[in-house]
Amino acid sequence: METRRPELTPDLFEQIEAGLQDSERIVGPPIGFWRDSWTRLKKNRGALVGLVVIVAVIVVAYAGPLLSPYTPFGQDLARRFSVPSSQFWFGTDEFGRDMWNRVWIGTQVSLYIGFLAAFLDLVVGVVYGAISGLFGGRVDDVMQRGIEILNGVPYLVVAILAMLVLSPGIITITIAIGLTSWTYMARIVRGRMLQLKEQEFALASRSLGANRARLLTKHLIPNSLGPMVVNLMFTIPLAIFSEAFLSFIGLGIQPPDTSLGALINEGYKELRFHSYLLWFPTAVFSLLMLSFNLLADGLRDALDPKMRK
Amino acid sequence: MLAALFIIISVTWFISKLLPGTPFADQKLSAETRAQLFAKYGLDEPWPVQYGKYMLHVVQGDLGNSYYFQGRPVTEIILARLPISAFLGVQAILMGLVTGLVLGIVAALRHNSFWDSAATVLAILGVSVPSFVLGPILQYWLGVKLGWFPIAFFESWRHSVLPSLALSVFVIATVARFIRAEMLEVMGQDYTTLAKAKGLSRLAVVMKHVLRNALIPLVTVLAPLTIYIITGSLVVEQIFAVPGIGEEFVRSVVVSDYAMILGTTIFFSVLFILALLIQDILYGMIDPRIRVSGAKE
Amino acid sequence: MAAAMNGDNNLQVKDLQISFTTYAGEVQAVRGVSFDLRRGETLAIVGESGSGKTVTAKSLMRLLPEANTLIKGGEAIFEGQDLLKLSEQRMQKIRGSKIAMVFQDPMTSLDPTMRVGKQIAESLKKHLGLSGQRAKERAVELLTLVGIPNPEDRVKQYPHQFSGGMRQRVVIAIALACDPQILIADEPTTALDVTIQAQILELLRELQEQLGMSVILITHDLGVVAHTAHRVAVMYAGKVVETGTLREIFYNPQMPYTWGLLASIPLPTADRSQELIPIPGSPPDMLDPPKGCPFTARCPYSMRICADEMPEYTTFSREHKAACWLHHPMAPNVEPPVRVGGAR
Repeated sequence: METRRPELTPDLFEQIEAGLQDSERIVGPPIGFWRDSWTRLKKNRGALVGLVVIVAVIVVAYAGPLLSPYTPFGQDLARRFSVPSSQFWFGTDEFGRDMWNRVWIGTQVSLYIGFLAAFLDLVVGVVYGAISGLFGGRVDDVMQRGIEILNGVPYLVVAILAMLVLSPGIITITIAIGLTSWTYMARIVRGRMLQLKEQEFALASRSLGANRARLLTKHLIPNSLGPMVVNLMFTIPLAIFSEAFLSFIGLGIQPPDTSLGALINEGYKELRFHSYLLWFPTAVFSLLMLSFNLLADGLRDALDPKMRK
Repeated sequence: MLAALFIIISVTWFISKLLPGTPFADQKLSAETRAQLFAKYGLDEPWPVQYGKYMLHVVQGDLGNSYYFQGRPVTEIILARLPISAFLGVQAILMGLVTGLVLGIVAALRHNSFWDSAATVLAILGVSVPSFVLGPILQYWLGVKLGWFPIAFFESWRHSVLPSLALSVFVIATVARFIRAEMLEVMGQDYTTLAKAKGLSRLAVVMKHVLRNALIPLVTVLAPLTIYIITGSLVVEQIFAVPGIGEEFVRSVVVSDYAMILGTTIFFSVLFILALLIQDILYGMIDPRIRVSGAKE
Repeated sequence: MAAAMNGDNNLQVKDLQISFTTYAGEVQAVRGVSFDLRRGETLAIVGESGSGKTVTAKSLMRLLPEANTLIKGGEAIFEGQDLLKLSEQRMQKIRGSKIAMVFQDPMTSLDPTMRVGKQIAESLKKHLGLSGQRAKERAVELLTLVGIPNPEDRVKQYPHQFSGGMRQRVVIAIALACDPQILIADEPTTALDVTIQAQILELLRELQEQLGMSVILITHDLGVVAHTAHRVAVMYAGKVVETGTLREIFYNPQMPYTWGLLASIPLPTADRSQELIPIPGSPPDMLDPPKGCPFTARCPYSMRICADEMPEYTTFSREHKAACWLHHPMAPNVEPPVRVGGAR
């Protein structure tokens, strides 16, 4: 190893103030939890692609129909079953309705139901879990039993039964779907509650009883936002799937309204001779599912503190 | 768990009473005939009585009689169709398990390489494309265009290939992701490093330590997969016109055959709870930490 | 003790340099470490977390993750071969048989799904070709050697059936299975209760004398060092700043960091009037290590030159050397703090 021998002058050996400020200097810019997560999310190409695609689909779903001179309900029997062409970009169905319009309107409905249902089960899950965790003891036991029971039936069967009892409509479908997947969120929130209760309890015993709930809500929500967001991202495609499934077996959106599931169902019936009726809604549907899953996966990795390198 | 089952059955029964439409509504009957039929099926009695009688029957394994099938016992119908659905389901799980394990293990061993990314993307695809989309795609390409497999009914083993395939894709994806995550976690553990420090070859470390530890939690996938197979069968049997329980359930929904709907739902729940039970027992058997309770110094 | 130190070298490490590539940049964990290990002695490598001591140890057995580890330079000569350059195949023959390692946390070092006896037998099988009954017998012998009662029964049990201290004994048994020449113990007692610590250290000492192995003991605890080591190497920020015999380091330390370490040990004999003198601040960032002496920022005696240039080693005796600008003829005369100068 080569060392260049510098001039060693006596003044170099003067004692100086230890540069403690330097060693305490923060290494790198301060990293907030959200910024750090956002940075990591950006590195995940899959998640980014997913995000971009979702946004793109949403934009096209609303802008698309405006681009076409046709409407989703206008029938033109003379033009039934036209293959995709420059006039009818996605072709027409058995009633001569423009498929481009129908597919995007259907997408709107599916997205709407998906987001709403996911949001609903988020709210239900959070409230249920918070109450269960906050009160603890007997109440908690009973509520957890309730979840066990609900989980004993396959979720689609629950949705089907719900749809049988309620008559099909956008709101009822949303309720039926939202009814089924909130248990996971409830479990997470309850877990956090129990954790926080231990921590804040000392404080709570000092302060007024009424403040306890508010205090916990103030701490609970920010702390659980991470898993909440991830869970939301997973439940949206699940909700879209459930709606599609219900429509596929005829319990979902009723004609002339349409959704991706209903379109897939109709398209499936014509698989033999007019397969294009199936492929377009299927493509959009799969794209949505894939993108949400990619995004959710990426979000989960990004928000997980253990993955820090 | 039995309590949960009891409550599920009760609630389901109650819901079935809420269902709109009346049985036999689609058949043209005179008022007297209808009244006779109602009496025969006990539909004219007060609810609590009906409930009591029903629960009594259920305990004996009698799920009532199907209205649609002219009084054939529901239990009988279900059991008759069970082998078919079970065959599809088990085949799907086996196919999925084997393929998924291979995919997941390779991905973990070649972490952060091309294979890993490819496997992850495939897995996400598999999870995202639902069976009712996959089914028609398979039917179209492998069935119609290429003519390799029959696309409907259930007359030979070849008929089961496409439906099982459609069901298995999700299994493959789930198992692959799961085992990959487990393996990566195990490979980062101290005891894996210790194994290497003993001078074991890479292969030995993987086979003797990593795999054993990574495979044990796989058992927890059993219950969710059962749910998936059950719900998936509803769709897949429809698409491929397979005469299984799922197909029957869908039909009973359409024709309002309440006894059938009720009975099948209960059957599904029993199946699921059974799967949970088996899962718990299995886990207890294969994880030494649970099987052999610690006798600490 | 003297005999141990006069023995020839079992291991010679020269100018070891290791870095890790992380997504934030290159972390220079080890920056030119050299030391010798004599036959039959215990060399303690002492330092804070992040000083590079564990990385050094793991590198000797090539157990660092391949994906992001860069061995940038240096050599580790063992039996005439450079461990850093051997093929994986040949390393496998050495690991567990000639050089063995004991890890820090006994709760996670053992495979929870494999019986303890079998885990010991793995090395026996691989290196000595023992199997079946003979392997089991040897495993029982080893368990006895490390002081586990009822070894015939224990050998069939799973790790979770052992307490922390017992598990660490098992880990030691595994390490000793094939009679290694060198045992590397990476903070073997840090995760254990204090009373158990003493037992394990005593065990290591006995075993070393009995079996004549050389031991590299990695620790941050000088108390541990005092009981077990023949020689000590003090590491800071990826470099060795002082080495010497046990007496030399404890009674005549020559480097401010060593003074700091010694001064911050609570003494059981001290009373409340004697202050504990902690070393303020924290170690430097290894992503961008300082170009001069790494201890400059926290050193009460630092001079202008310390920040600019890395000091060379000054030799005080056959074993004792330290790297500090205070030993340069042009440096002012500095006395170590009272507490350190006469620490007993």
